[in-house]
Order: sequence, then structure tokens, then C-alpha cells
Amino acid sequence: MTITERILEGDRLALARALTQIENQSPQGVDILDELYPHTGKAHILGITGPPGTGKSTLVNRLVLQLRQQSLDPGQPPPRIAVVAVDPSSPFSGGAILGDRIRMRDLAGDRGVFIRSMASRGALGGLARATGAFTQVLDAAGFDLILIETVGAGQAEVDVASAAHTTIVIDAPGLGDDVQANKAGILEIADILVVNKSDLPGAERTLHTLELALHMAQVSFQDGGLAPWETPVLATSALEGDGIGDLAAKVIAHRQYLIDSGEWKARQHVRAQMELRQELLAALWVDLLERAGEDRFELIVDEVAERRISPQQAIERMLEGPQG
Amino acid sequence: MKKIRVLIAKPGLDGHDRGAMVVARALRDAGMEVIYTGLRQTPEMVAESALQEDVDAVGLSILSGAHMALVPRILELLREQGQEGVAVLVGGIIPDDDVQPLKSLGVTAIFGPGTRTNEIVDVIQQATSPNDDH
Repeated sequence: MTITERILEGDRLALARALTQIENQSPQGVDILDELYPHTGKAHILGITGPPGTGKSTLVNRLVLQLRQQSLDPGQPPPRIAVVAVDPSSPFSGGAILGDRIRMRDLAGDRGVFIRSMASRGALGGLARATGAFTQVLDAAGFDLILIETVGAGQAEVDVASAAHTTIVIDAPGLGDDVQANKAGILEIADILVVNKSDLPGAERTLHTLELALHMAQVSFQDGGLAPWETPVLATSALEGDGIGDLAAKVIAHRQYLIDSGEWKARQHVRAQMELRQELLAALWVDLLERAGEDRFELIVDEVAERRISPQQAIERMLEGPQG
Repeated sequence: MKKIRVLIAKPGLDGHDRGAMVVARALRDAGMEVIYTGLRQTPEMVAESALQEDVDAVGLSILSGAHMALVPRILELLREQGQEGVAVLVGGIIPDDDVQPLKSLGVTAIFGPGTRTNEIVDVIQQATSPNDDH
């Protein structure tokens, strides 16, 4: 049996090893992705992001426990759930400590749950380069729901929104004032906003500030079509387990909304576009370096560093090819 | 681009994870990706995490004296799930008399108190040659 067939049959070791090949961008990994692609497109992909220390992993632990006792569609068995947890790689050594499993120990022993930790390996948008590919493999392997937990994200790490169908942004009390809440970026990508650590003082205020900021956004973006999804603001305490039932219900409701409104398809398109763009850029870069020559690139870099030519002139020269 | 992935786990009931943390940090600084599971892992949890994470090596920190029960069980579970190629290393308080029995069961190396972290890095690098696909 090929590794692809084993993955489709639910072989967990084959799945785990395929993920490694894909993460390492080996030729075998590329083949596996090609073969699995026709089997993808069924899973609901849920992105979970927010600043460091807001309790993302703890909330993922609780949410998965909760969703494993529910159905995505009436009368169906509970969803099989995969978690991809991304943590940062060290910019110096390239190594990483991936610690999300510490908070997800309640999920151990459940054969319907598969957790994979992933180092960002230098990617900046809050995900790793191969995170999208991981979701494809897990989708083909039959997971109904795939949670992507991003690295602790600040204001600009918004890649997860185009990788996921539903994006949950987690905030916690005491992280900023109402100007922060109105800045562009991470709050805008939320389909569901969560104020975690609702047991801490200041949670009410954070909740209120976010509701207000969202309300302004929703007024300014009304375009008179179908009733748009109104981003709910929920209070949870992942530590105490409060508000988790409501959060799970909103996740299921958003999935239904995406299907009913046709936005599921639209988001698939956006995702395909983003992934293609990303891969094309990488391929073009390799192609360009090959054609222009790596030595030539280094020479041009020197010229820019010594201020003999501007970056813009350097780009023109690189694009001219080897003869210039 | 292949990275060495290592699971660092504390099976059993003792609650001292400073040593495990120091090792995890040293491996990170040597460019490895370290999956850190935290305290009180059962052998089943360790083996299942090793499988899902597809690690090249498993480092077990045991200070409780239960190593002769825990380590053979973990080795057995890894073998059962087809991960006999994963290097298993043990650190902590392991009496001299237990070292040889553990090694003959398949443990790659045993590190006692005072081990230099770069020695651990070297052993893992040697035990997981970069093109090894298990």
C-alpha cells in the first residue's frame, strides 16, 4: 500500500510521517500532496489567534473537549478533530520549543483527536509555510474539523484568516485601551471574538470596549445584501470552563452560516488564491536565483549595501537576467 | 530542509521538570525542534505524542525511581506502533545497576546528574542521522 492509501485508510503513523515530508518540502511530500488534493475540501478549518498569554492553547483544549461531545450536523457522530499548533522558531538557532501539548493533556487518549506541533521556521504571518498543506493532508485523512492555533500574534499576523473558514480571535483583560481595539489588523479578521480569562478583573470592560469597536465596524460596512454575520463577542474562562458551550455553539453556527450564504465557497477561493500566490512566489524566487545566478545576486547585494545602487535599481538588474 | 524533532517528556509522578526544561532549551539552541509535553505523562501518552509528532528521538526525564517500569513499557509501545527507529534517551536519577538492563532493552543513552548539555546534543545528532527516514 502506498503512503497516500494508508493515510486515506486512517493510518496515523503514515499521516504523521507524511506531515514531516511535507514540512521538509521533500519530493515525496510534494507527491503526497498532489495525490491527496482530490480528497480535500470537506473539513471545516478553524483558526485561533491572539496575543501571547491570552490562553489560546488552554481554550483549544476546552473547545475540542466540548466539540467532541457534539455534532456539526444534526444526527451525525461527533467530529474527528485535528489540531495544528504553531509556535515560533528561534531566529538565531532555527530551533524551537513547542509547548502547546502541555495545555492539551486532557485530549490524550482520545483516538478521535490528532495534535501536531509545528515550528514557524521563519515565516512571519503567524503560521508556518506548510500550515496550509498540513490542513489539506488532515482534511484528506478524514478529520471533520481542523483547528489551527497560531503563534502568539500581535496586530499584523493575519494569515490565519485566509487559511481558515472561521477565525476566532482571543483577547484577555488588561492588554490595551480602546484605541488598540480600533486599530486595523487582528480584530478585523475575527468571525468570533473571545475575551478569555473572564474570571480576571477588567474582563467586563474589555468585553464592552470590543463590542463598541465592532459595532462601529459593522455600521460602516453595511452594504445591504443578505444579513451579514455579526461577529459575536463572548466571555470565556478556559481555566474554569466557563462560556465554552456558547463558543462551541457559535463555531457550529458560523459553519452553517458559511454554507447557507455561499461564503464557504468564496473562502475556499480566497484560500486557494493565497496558497497559490505563496507557492508561486517561492517558485519564482528559486527560478530567478537560478537564472540570474546566486553569485550575481550576492554582488548586487554588496552594491546596495555600499550605496552604489539603490534597491530599486538592484531589482531592475536582477530582473534583467544574467547578461546585464 | 530536515530538522531533528525531539519529544521531551516526564513520565511518572515526580514533579521536578527543571532538568527537562534545561535540556529542552539546549536542544533548541542546537537548532532542534523540541516538543515539550510537561509533567505526569503516562507511557501511553508519551508513545502517542511521539507518533503524532513523528519525532526522531524521545527524551525521558525520570527522578522518581520508576524507570524500570516506565521505560520498558514506552519502548514496547513505540515498537508496537512501528516506531522502533526512534532513539530513546533517559535522563535523571538512574542507578548504575539499571544502566545496562535499560541499554539492552534499546535505550540509546542514559544521562545522570552533571551531564553537559552539549554531550546530549552530540548523542542525539549522532543517533538521528539527517537522511534517516526511520
